Amino acid sequence: MANGTTVTVDDLVAWVHRFSEVITEHADELTQLDSAIGDADHGTNMRRGCRAAVDALAAAEPGDITGFGRAIAMKVISTVGGASGPLYGSFFLALGTTGGSASEMDAAGTVAALKAGVEAIRTRGKAEPGDKTMLDALLPAIAAMEGSLDNGGSLADALQAGTTAAEEGMRATIPMLARKGRASYLGERSIGHQDPGATSSWLLVRSAAETLAA
Amino acid sequence: MKKLINATDDVVVEALQGMEHAHPSLKVVYEPKYVVRGDAPVSGKVGIISGGGSGHEPMHGGFVGMGMLDAACPGEVFTSPTPDQMLEATKAVDGGAGVLHIVKNYTGDVLNFEMAAELAAADDIDVEAVVIDDDVAVQDSSFTAGRRGVGATVLAEKICGAAAEAGRDLAAVKELCERVNANGRSMGMALTSCTVPAAGKPTFELGDDEMEIGIGIHGEPGRERRPVATAAEVAKMLVDPILTDLPYAEGEKALVFVNSMGGTPLIELYIIYNEVAKILAEHGIEVARNLIGPYITSLEMQGCSVTLLKLDDEMTELWDAPVNTPGLRWGA
Ligand SMILES: Nc1ncnc2c1ncn2[C@@H]1O[C@H](COP(=O)(O)OP(=O)(O)OP(=O)(O)O)[C@@H](O)[C@H]1O
Ligand SMILES: [Mg+2]
Repeated sequence: MANGTTVTVDDLVAWVHRFSEVITEHADELTQLDSAIGDADHGTNMRRGCRAAVDALAAAEPGDITGFGRAIAMKVISTVGGASGPLYGSFFLALGTTGGSASEMDAAGTVAALKAGVEAIRTRGKAEPGDKTMLDALLPAIAAMEGSLDNGGSLADALQAGTTAAEEGMRATIPMLARKGRASYLGERSIGHQDPGATSSWLLVRSAAETLAA
Repeated sequence: MKKLINATDDVVVEALQGMEHAHPSLKVVYEPKYVVRGDAPVSGKVGIISGGGSGHEPMHGGFVGMGMLDAACPGEVFTSPTPDQMLEATKAVDGGAGVLHIVKNYTGDVLNFEMAAELAAADDIDVEAVVIDDDVAVQDSSFTAGRRGVGATVLAEKICGAAAEAGRDLAAVKELCERVNANGRSMGMALTSCTVPAAGKPTFELGDDEMEIGIGIHGEPGRERRPVATAAEVAKMLVDPILTDLPYAEGEKALVFVNSMGGTPLIELYIIYNEVAKILAEHGIEVARNLIGPYITSLEMQGCSVTLLKLDDEMTELWDAPVNTPGLRWGA
């Protein structure tokens, strides 16, 4: 493949396993962040949904990327709840649809699928960059991945660049005034707190880097 | 954390089991979770469903029954329910006249109900949705998530439930729901925070001499923190922004809803009601109906909210119509 790596369905499943692990590790921290500017449930929601997604993938044994996306999306949508359930669910659904009936993706295909997922979050939630949401971690991550591939980077390079950008994006939410989600109810008081959804999104990108190009 | 629970993970399910035992006229479905009228679907009647996070009891499950909701979808505590619940509830209450979703304006609820409506439409069920956003504590703007749905939700569920029971069609019930929302305004305050069972500790800290003004119903901090004040001062802090936002002409009628956040006793609600009534009298507003008690709560939070609904004759008549639910019952 173009950059010497392919991502298989097994890799994607490994990604979700890893994501579930790190979400479980960070669940209290995510809930903590959400109690500052939300309703103290983001970690609990994500942990519940990720565990269910891992089980659903084991039961579904998807054979192609679309099947992977559908299996996890339906589970995430029906178990996470909150705002992040439909948003992350839409992410995986679109990622799967873009990956199509293939059983593996090359580097460009992988980044394109991730990008389609992020665009689906944007369409569903109608948030824009700077609104203090998960998009503030995800959009810069996708841009960094695309930039890295354009400069001849491997998938591993791209995902690494994406992780760094997601982390920066996540930190950049601290001074932002929330305009979407529960945090927006706080107005000025949302300033000075890191967005919980941007934090789980950084973990999503980071676990992709740890699994998809390994 | 001190709570009368068995395990944090079982809170929602065990409360539903309790409701099921207590109210044989309701049916509780667990996979996926929803509470539905035992006689659903009522043929030819518009079905009305609502839903939202748990922790606001009696809303919404306690408002299922004749003259109010046909079904309610409970999420985890303070977390939106999911589209699969809403879809199954929608199917269960569709008596052929379509189904109205009454949605409180929270991103989670809105997104999940939106997905459910897309799925129901694919199943050829006529679904309309009205998003309730009556909380004047939140600045409204098209660039934000907008105002929260709070107290007016209870009033909308009652009034629309009566209209559906009277045989009005889906378009009419929807229009009425929009009218209740357009004429309802709320503002809430907290004396204490509350503890989400799964989180184990209070969502925010309030000093002994502090209160939060402009809170919602999820233990989230409000717009400003102030030193505790008298009931008269608090009533003014709640009513003034409502009347600024939706002015009343002399002689216009209001339904006054003084709601407990869960931990505030009735004796204090009556003191607040008394103060609210005085303020409205000064403005020449006639208090035509009232509702006082814990109806849309925030777990064990101490505090209250005030909702004013500008009444017309039709809304008043529908408000007075019989209702028979665990949480609200008269005339039946
Ligand atoms: N419109 C939106 N677009 C993108 N992301 C959003 C939007 N609204 C909220 N979010 C993200 O969701 C995160 C909160 O997710 P969480 O699981 O806590 O749901 P919630 O808002 O508490 O939902 P619920 O209101 O049902 O409890 C926020 O930190 C933010 O990143
Ligand atoms: Mg939350």
